[in-house]
Amino acid sequence: MIKQSIKKMICVQFGISLLLLMLMTLVTGLLYPMCITVIAQALFSYQANGSLIELDNRNIGSECIGQLFSKPEYFQGRPSATKPFPYNGIASAGSNLGPSNISLQENIKSRIKYLQNQDPKNTLQIPIELLTSSGSGLDPHLSPNAAYYQISRVAKARRLSEADVKILIDHFTEPRQWFFLGEPRINVLKLNKALDALGQNSNK
Amino acid sequence: MSGNEILQLVIYLAVLFCLVKPLGSYIATIYEGRSNFMVRVLGPLERWTYKICHIRSEQEMNWKEYAISMLLFNLMGFIAVYLIQRLQGILPLNPQHFPAVNPDLAFNTATSFIANTNWQAYGGENTLSYFTQMAALTVQNFLSAATGISILMALIRGIRRCETTALGNFWVDIVRGILYLFLPLSILLSLLLVSQGVIQNFKPYQSVSLIQAEQYQDPQLDETGQQMKDAKGDLIFRTKTLIEQQIPMGPAASQVAIKQLGTNGGGFFNVNSAHPFENPTPLSNFFEMLAILLMPAALCYTYGVMVRKNRQGWAILVTMSIILIPLICTTFIAEKQTNPAIEKIAQDIILPDGGNMEGKETRFGILNSSIWATATTATGNGSVNAMLDSFLPVGGLIPLWLMDLAEVIFGGVGSGLYQMIIFILITVFVSGLMVGRTPEYMGKKIEAFEMKMAAVAIFVMPLTVLLCTAIAVLSSAGLSALANPGAHGFSEILYAFSSMTNNNGSAFAGLNSNISFYTTLGGFAILIGRYWIAIAILAIAGSLAGKKTIPASSGTLPTDSITFGFVLIGVILIMGALIFFPAFALGPIVEQFMLAGHL
Repeated sequence: MIKQSIKKMICVQFGISLLLLMLMTLVTGLLYPMCITVIAQALFSYQANGSLIELDNRNIGSECIGQLFSKPEYFQGRPSATKPFPYNGIASAGSNLGPSNISLQENIKSRIKYLQNQDPKNTLQIPIELLTSSGSGLDPHLSPNAAYYQISRVAKARRLSEADVKILIDHFTEPRQWFFLGEPRINVLKLNKALDALGQNSNK
Repeated sequence: MSGNEILQLVIYLAVLFCLVKPLGSYIATIYEGRSNFMVRVLGPLERWTYKICHIRSEQEMNWKEYAISMLLFNLMGFIAVYLIQRLQGILPLNPQHFPAVNPDLAFNTATSFIANTNWQAYGGENTLSYFTQMAALTVQNFLSAATGISILMALIRGIRRCETTALGNFWVDIVRGILYLFLPLSILLSLLLVSQGVIQNFKPYQSVSLIQAEQYQDPQLDETGQQMKDAKGDLIFRTKTLIEQQIPMGPAASQVAIKQLGTNGGGFFNVNSAHPFENPTPLSNFFEMLAILLMPAALCYTYGVMVRKNRQGWAILVTMSIILIPLICTTFIAEKQTNPAIEKIAQDIILPDGGNMEGKETRFGILNSSIWATATTATGNGSVNAMLDSFLPVGGLIPLWLMDLAEVIFGGVGSGLYQMIIFILITVFVSGLMVGRTPEYMGKKIEAFEMKMAAVAIFVMPLTVLLCTAIAVLSSAGLSALANPGAHGFSEILYAFSSMTNNNGSAFAGLNSNISFYTTLGGFAILIGRYWIAIAILAIAGSLAGKKTIPASSGTLPTDSITFGFVLIGVILIMGALIFFPAFALGPIVEQFMLAGHL
């Protein structure tokens, strides 16, 4: 008798589980994301669609997603550990190298050498951000120091005065949000886009 | 710490503690069935849900019925998540045409999402379709968090009521939690996040044309996915030119909001909240960090309200904070150091005071990465905004240790507090033995049955963690997944099983956990860590509910005093330290000594 009532109880609860799961899948799995999408598209359509930056009617990137720059005339973002190439937008990854891993030291050595080769006369101390890979591999920002370090190389490659480049950096420096949150930073893609625009204007 | 860093930390904690009381009392109204603003608005929806699911909301359950309903509901969730992943190739909303997830990985992901763990053996943006993210993962984010709170509520009712078997109705607790608590807060948070730049759309991935084209060496793969080698055994590469970047898309904000609020932690993207589309600005980071601790902190207050002794709730919150805040500072100070191994090779070349930026994002810096790492492992959240694998040894030890304290310092939504109550019972018992009085808590005698169940709840976790770590270390499959050699490799394995068994979900992500050894063994560790403990808790709840309430007398040990708080901290720390110290000594501690000696 007791066993029968337990069996019946389990059957009832089983039925409820199934129905409630289906209903909740509908509500939290489909209705909720869809409602958020509709509201987000109406109120914040630029952000909800990836903060894409346009130039001459083409998307040239996202404000949020870093890009790989290696030429001396561009500011270069932080090292990226994504595979198979750096700044792979659809395979975010950090290096996950432990602090005692010998590969980490080798990477740092080769990045120091790379930076020094691109700008042999630069005697500034190198900010750590330029030597260490970011968490996402897609970090779109540089710290002000990391941008300042690259001024001499960029100025020389573009035949601009270092002071002009510094003014541009300061213009693009975003302060701490609400004056206290996070760290001051510069969006590398926006800065490089402005540099290109500067070059085109002066050619004219 | 600089002035700004102190300010950021203080404001963060201040906002958190200010929200504890309003949210905590709101949660209490929900689960006590009292009316509030949301109940008046959404009440018809609640009643309609009961009607179509045939839930008899007035019928209360005893602990066994409650446990069976919980297990059945979670089992059903497991089957659904597993099937959706296996069938995602033929299901809609899959613009990138991802194929079915393989069986091991689907098993691991299903167990980890029903159990509020959200261990990511998969990389979201290159494995899962939008449909799987929404209908499987987002749903379980809601359900597993609501399940955690429900079990807590059953325990609270057990403590509060006397001479009864009724612990409430599991279905009512689930429905009310989702409808009145998680859904409104998630809607609010997702919109705040979208305003900061978190994406929310159903578009296929976009290609953008790069300003500067770039060449790279593409490794050549054969049909089995192995890298091809030439006659000399060197790897073959082909030079490719990149002119475009693929930008991922999808309904991220709606999932990020609930994964932060429900202490779930499973990211939309591979790198979780380090990804600029999941966490684009310092403000979005602030909201997400707030959401990590919000619910577990507020539930302490809820507990006080529901047992009609507000001081008890505050006492628990203060105890937790006394452990948490110094650990946040320790993580920060550790990470603010330059890695000694790097200092050795580049002492005068690098700018001093940069800290350990490997694996961290510029916009968050050292402080926000450290607060996050500590908060996410103190709770059962497990989301990350920096790669913990690259933290310095002490910086990585603290998250590991917090998980191995059984996640009672805030802990998962519901699960943190119910395990904390177990620690309180043990402390009451130990103190009672010391002074020679009958141990009692909230007017309930603590007897052999409760202590047996408490022991079951507490010792199953270390046993599972250490046993699984031992198996992994001894097997070639376990070792093949390591990304780092030596002591750090051991830390990776220990971290993985600590995280899975404690239902946290963060990782030393260098470990390639997407091999069947880790997905299978880890899946079982997750299940044991969640359900074994949950059943023990419900058994305790049932036993306490059946007892008489004894009025407090001069012989009663007050559990809201400072003395009791310190004894409780002592019990928690000594348990966590004694059981795991030998394992820590082989991992982070030895690594710290190696680094300090410059290797």
